Amino acid sequence: MNEQYPALLVIVPLLSALVISVAGWVNKRLCFPIAVAALSVSAWSSVGLLFRVLNEGAIVYKLGGWPPPMGIAYYIDYLNGLVLPVVSIVALLNLISSKKIVEQQFPDKAGPFYTLYVLMVTGLLGIVVTGDAFNLYVLLEIASLTGYGLLAMGEERAPLATLNYLYMGTIGACFYLLGIGYLYIVTGSLNMVDIARLLPPLYQSKAVLAAFIICMVGMWLKMAFFPLHAWLPNAYTYANSASSGLIAPLMTKVMVYVMIRLILTVFTPAFVFSTLAVSHYIVWLACIAIVIGAVLALKERNLKKMLTYIVVAEVGYMVGGAWLGNRAGLTGAVLHIVNDALMTLCVFLVVGNIVYKVKGYAFADLKGLFSKMPFTMGAFVIGALSIIGVPPTCGFFSKWYLILGAIQAHQYGFMVALLFSSLINVVLFFRVFEIGFYEPFSDHEGHEHHPAVMAEAPLTMLVPLYVVAISLILVGLYTGDIVNHIVQFVIPKGFM
Amino acid sequence: MTDLISTVVAKYNYWIYITLMMIGLYAMIAKNNLVKKIVGMNIFQTAIILFYVSIGVKKGATIPILEHAHGHEHHVVHAVDYINPLPHVLMLTAIVVGVATLGVALALAIRIYNNYNTLEEDEILAQIREK
Amino acid sequence: MRIIGLIIVVVTGALLIYAATDFPAWSDPASPASTYLSPYYIEKTMEETSVPNIVTAVLADYRGFDTMFETTVIFSAGVVCFFLLRIPRREEPEIRYYRHVLTGVTIQLKEGYKIPPSADFERIDAVWTPPDLIIKTGCRILIPFIQLFGLYVIAHGHHSPGGGFQGGVILGASIILLAISHDLRTAVRRMSEKLIAILCAVGVSIYAGTGALCLLLKQNFLDYSALAGVLHVDPITARSHGILMVEIGVGIAVLATMIWIYNNISSAGRYRQGL
Repeated sequence: MNEQYPALLVIVPLLSALVISVAGWVNKRLCFPIAVAALSVSAWSSVGLLFRVLNEGAIVYKLGGWPPPMGIAYYIDYLNGLVLPVVSIVALLNLISSKKIVEQQFPDKAGPFYTLYVLMVTGLLGIVVTGDAFNLYVLLEIASLTGYGLLAMGEERAPLATLNYLYMGTIGACFYLLGIGYLYIVTGSLNMVDIARLLPPLYQSKAVLAAFIICMVGMWLKMAFFPLHAWLPNAYTYANSASSGLIAPLMTKVMVYVMIRLILTVFTPAFVFSTLAVSHYIVWLACIAIVIGAVLALKERNLKKMLTYIVVAEVGYMVGGAWLGNRAGLTGAVLHIVNDALMTLCVFLVVGNIVYKVKGYAFADLKGLFSKMPFTMGAFVIGALSIIGVPPTCGFFSKWYLILGAIQAHQYGFMVALLFSSLINVVLFFRVFEIGFYEPFSDHEGHEHHPAVMAEAPLTMLVPLYVVAISLILVGLYTGDIVNHIVQFVIPKGFM
Repeated sequence: MTDLISTVVAKYNYWIYITLMMIGLYAMIAKNNLVKKIVGMNIFQTAIILFYVSIGVKKGATIPILEHAHGHEHHVVHAVDYINPLPHVLMLTAIVVGVATLGVALALAIRIYNNYNTLEEDEILAQIREK
Repeated sequence: MRIIGLIIVVVTGALLIYAATDFPAWSDPASPASTYLSPYYIEKTMEETSVPNIVTAVLADYRGFDTMFETTVIFSAGVVCFFLLRIPRREEPEIRYYRHVLTGVTIQLKEGYKIPPSADFERIDAVWTPPDLIIKTGCRILIPFIQLFGLYVIAHGHHSPGGGFQGGVILGASIILLAISHDLRTAVRRMSEKLIAILCAVGVSIYAGTGALCLLLKQNFLDYSALAGVLHVDPITARSHGILMVEIGVGIAVLATMIWIYNNISSAGRYRQGL
């Protein structure tokens, strides 16, 4: 069973999604337990894979028994091994929390919802674990299509926002496909390691340059990097809380992983940073992304939309860190993938709890919440401190590496943008704390109640929230171990 | 000059696919009606499919199905006689993905129509701003 | 918006034209794509899988993992259309219209009353129009032949152009033809919604299940040579049979999903009058 972890990771959720789909027609109450069981097996396999990689080094798994490049192969090295457990554990925690939301909002469509949920997690896990460029495209489309379906179920504005996301997302995925086609036309192979072996003589060719630009633009479209970010705030805000809790933490981070994988494995850093001299401009673009995300978040009067603009700014951190071109910057970017997934999950779970009890997420609905829902808001405080970057939460450490990388690469604009965004985050979150703590509680019609009776969210929604909140602190405390044992080996030796 | 003309003629499949793709991309960005944007998306994806299939062609080769394969004589198979099968395989996947995206986009358009009673984007945005 | 669209299109087009100057000429037999990987597929398919159609062999065996996820893509599109559009029948009282088949008399029943399903009365809707006799009869005669052809395309995917996707679409089209030429209620009576949804999942499960079977028989996932022991043939013929099994799974999944998507979109989720 040990060698089959890479297959189990993706196959068990896929088969369970099919069983859930049938169970939805037979007996709806079976859907949730099957989904939880499937994602638990995935989480277990991904953690097992991480330990195997730590013991043995990179793993190759041949699907269908055919050696690459004839067949498709899975490559699991330190980068995948780190991101896989994050994806599966975040998905599992959000699934547990989503049970009550599904029962409240669309109980008769529980079967298709859990099917789409588990299929989306299958797609995301498959994107992270694969070593074949075309297989990545197919799994990207699975994750995207199920994502569109999950996000469109929500408020009245949700279908239009999702349709706009669909247009941008399809252009992004098609650009990636086109880039892979260009690489195929000049090398003849589809396997990532194989392409990297065949590319060096061709670095000066225009086709490879165009392939790189097209792949990058495609990925930036899908991860909402400025100026291609316009779809993200609307698409994530109007969706129901269960879907946004899954997609907001994971989708953009997995796309950042794909970008780093393309930079490190397919087009090696020698091409990206030496032959191509654009990293300076891309870091400036990242600075603008961070500033725009922070400034646009300031003018929102709506908690969920404010958080989505913070997600846009976080993408700017990761892209800027990856393109700084030095060891500290890339360490910061990889670490931030892990940290940001956890931080975003924490705050979006909080919003889910708030929407479940108060039925709204505008600032006016948050009055007096600290006395009405103290546990939820306690976890929100931890999440907010992590996004601001206060030690010992994990957000501080990834920001520290990013700032270090910026100083080493003489990109002082990036450092200023990071500090500016931390300041703006302080303003944003303390504004929410002030409304929640000091204003007397008023229910949705505006009547004031003195004092508020505590009506906390149910336990299935609180327990995952606290697991994430505590993990924010734990991951922060163990950052040194993570960097020294895992992230250090992600970055190739020649990097300064 | 003759150099340029011979290049243009020798690679005419690429110019065709680029033209189609840009038509599709323009339709997706500039048109107002949601269904026209969906049609533009379809044209965009079809152009990429054409590109991939045109990669696999070889001069004077036939389709990649071996004839007389189960016969008694063991024919020697030369790769030059058959066109490249791999782009066809990849594009089967891309066609299916295109159909699936089209289905999801149409379902979303129906939902939008149920909510706003129109498919023109500027009218929908005007209705949203009023609320 | 038009100006922004024009600028983006011109810039992207210029980039693509610039890149295309470096490509090999059309139908050049010495291009890297034609000389690196594909000669292996063309020359070795017969000896390793005994399937003459190279595209099917690559699709379902060498790159079979991709095809499984492709089937999952079409399955998830069906689930998304169902999830977004389907309006479940509430048991609210509604006016029903019935038509006596033999005489053509239409009756309208008040809210809450209904006639149990019988051969004499068919249920129609307010916008019902009688289907044309020529179209109805013609399609009724054609549909079995279309289905037979669809089954042929699936089964002969090994030897002629065809395979699971193509045959599945033809089979799905035959039921959609029934829905277009008669009305949606007739087609749903023949293949009910629950059957279609379950068939869809069953089709993908056949594919993933074959792979899982190979996993249980101690080989890697989707390695059909593991089936040699179960089927009592040599490993090469086992690959051919494995390819046939997954093609059948794909055909069933595509058939069901095409019908499911058509039903949901054409009736906007209400399953009353279709197109």
